[in-house]
Amino acid sequence: MEQILFKNMASPGYTPKISSYIAMGGYEALQKVFSEKITSDQLIEMVKKSGLRGRGGAGFPTGTKWSFIPKNPALTKYLCINADEGEPGTFKDRQLMEKDPHQMLEGIVISAYAIGAHTAYIYVRGELDLAMKTIEEAIEEARKKGFVGKNILSSGFDLEVYVHPGAGAYICGEETALLESLEGKRGKPRFKPPFPANFGLYGKPTVVNNVETLSNIPYIVNRGGEWFASIGVGKSTGTRLFSLSGHVKKPGNYEVPLGTTFRQLIFDLGGGIINGKKLKAIIPGGASASFFTEEHLDVKLDFEEVAKAGSMLGSGAVTVMDEETCMVWAALNLMHFFSHESCGKCTPCREGAPWLYKIMHRIEHGEGKMEDLDLLVSLCGNIAGKTVCAFGEAEVAPILGTLKYFRQEYEYHIREKSCPINHSERLATIGFP
Amino acid sequence: MISATARKKIENVITRYPEEEKRSALLPALHIVQNDNQGHLTEEMMKEVADLLEITPLQVYEVATFYTMYNLKPIGKYHIQVCRTLPCALMGAEKLVAYLEEKLGIGLGETTSDRLFTLTEVECLASCGTAPMMQINQNYYENLNKSKVDQILEELKQKATS
Ligand SMILES: Cc1cc2nc3c(=O)[nH]c(=O)nc-3n(C[C@H](O)[C@H](O)[C@H](O)COP(=O)(O)O)c2cc1C
Ligand code: SF4
Ligand code: FES
Repeated sequence: MEQILFKNMASPGYTPKISSYIAMGGYEALQKVFSEKITSDQLIEMVKKSGLRGRGGAGFPTGTKWSFIPKNPALTKYLCINADEGEPGTFKDRQLMEKDPHQMLEGIVISAYAIGAHTAYIYVRGELDLAMKTIEEAIEEARKKGFVGKNILSSGFDLEVYVHPGAGAYICGEETALLESLEGKRGKPRFKPPFPANFGLYGKPTVVNNVETLSNIPYIVNRGGEWFASIGVGKSTGTRLFSLSGHVKKPGNYEVPLGTTFRQLIFDLGGGIINGKKLKAIIPGGASASFFTEEHLDVKLDFEEVAKAGSMLGSGAVTVMDEETCMVWAALNLMHFFSHESCGKCTPCREGAPWLYKIMHRIEHGEGKMEDLDLLVSLCGNIAGKTVCAFGEAEVAPILGTLKYFRQEYEYHIREKSCPINHSERLATIGFP
Repeated sequence: MISATARKKIENVITRYPEEEKRSALLPALHIVQNDNQGHLTEEMMKEVADLLEITPLQVYEVATFYTMYNLKPIGKYHIQVCRTLPCALMGAEKLVAYLEEKLGIGLGETTSDRLFTLTEVECLASCGTAPMMQINQNYYENLNKSKVDQILEELKQKATS
């Protein structure tokens, strides 16, 4: 199974320095673009052919997104890199930035050229100090070699790349909230349309792409769109980085071709469940994705197949829970997250998330009523699809998912007026000895 | 008052954005000021940032209160932020918090009387595969257990007094 994005860092002695990257064939794609005079239209076509889809969450085809940018050279355009990485369970972009910043940077320069942008902002979540320092150093190294700055490789193409720190707001990962935040405002999503391709940063045409998405670009340029499209299955092409966390023996980031099954990821690569326990639940794509169970182990990590099975591949975070995990407690934990992170722009989300949290809290603590279950469902129905951004759908996913597969646990809490699991005792034996 | 060094850094950051979009430098500027002022922002400083970026103090305040990384009250020398979100919770984050509370003799949101440590809980910090974890100032500490926590706190105490 060929590694693409993790190949460099897996090689012995590899460092985030430009010399390491160049020794592995880095920046050859950029040189190829200019020496072979590949046009921006040809690049967009190549990326379309590759079938590459966004790795940030929504899975939108990257080449198609780029093709929406107006061609008029007189218009200022921007490339914004989404390095906010706030989706619970996701930690892959951080690794890409800390361990192989030039790979992303080369992708950024080529992508900016493809859309005609002369300024790129890397919006990094403010907590990731090491990632920011590593990228800043990489930009300076690349500038010295003529890969960034004025007249890149004597091509006449100019590009400035800047790091822009966020400040701890999950919602700033949503692309329009990211743009608001970059403009120095509260990170509140904008209504769409207009889409960023027409009205983005400072009202100018803008592409927002995820770190992993852009890191793939040099390889597509080097080896062609067809090569990339030959990896994976159907409309899910290439490899993807999956962040594996929770009750698995070997948590971490794994690069596998799309189409691998959850079973292969969790058991073959992740080593299975810790302490010889049985698997109970899986979150297949970050906290915003609805839960799966053991019966979904043979579902393929493929955008369409996961959607067909009732969830989403989202950010590529796979969180695993063993048989002794209380599902009401798990959903309550995520509701804490969502009620804390709602930006407050729309009423259903601002008011609904804390309300859901309160109901979940009383159920978990033995004070729930059977009517609460209908209330939960009805509230979720009044939030999803009725908000400005997809956070609305995200916040109801853990509740609807756990109610669907583990309703009896909710009923147990209400009937017996307690949680069957003593978390405090249990957690001392697994993760925090 | 914002220090001369911080002011210089902010002026440099402003050049990264178009001339008429100075406001874009707001988040980076607040980080610079906060880091320069033992981890928190004062009203006076926010006003000065407003002047530098040619925006109103209200526009600065609006942003400073939205983002969780800005502290509007003084904090301890070391800000311990424990991730509490599900992947970390599955690996014992609740226990980690309880242990820190017991060891430091403070509750969440509080600062030790020697003003060395402030303890807070935060949401996912993109370190879920190495849970449980905490961030102290700019550094991540991962795969924690009791003895690691003991050692980390001891080292920080020594650093603070040496
Ligand atoms: C609530 C919310 C949070 C998001 N957080 C992130 C994030 O942290 N990182 C990211 O790359 N995309 C995130 N996204 C997706 C972005 O809005 C957008 O789809 C993505 O940056 C596009 O890049 P891509 O096409 O390369 O995936 C989030 C979306 C929503 C609705
Ligand atoms: S759905 Fe929630 S997070 Fe999204 S814009 Fe509305 S209030 Fe903000
Ligand atoms: S859940 Fe703790 S770092 Fe992600």
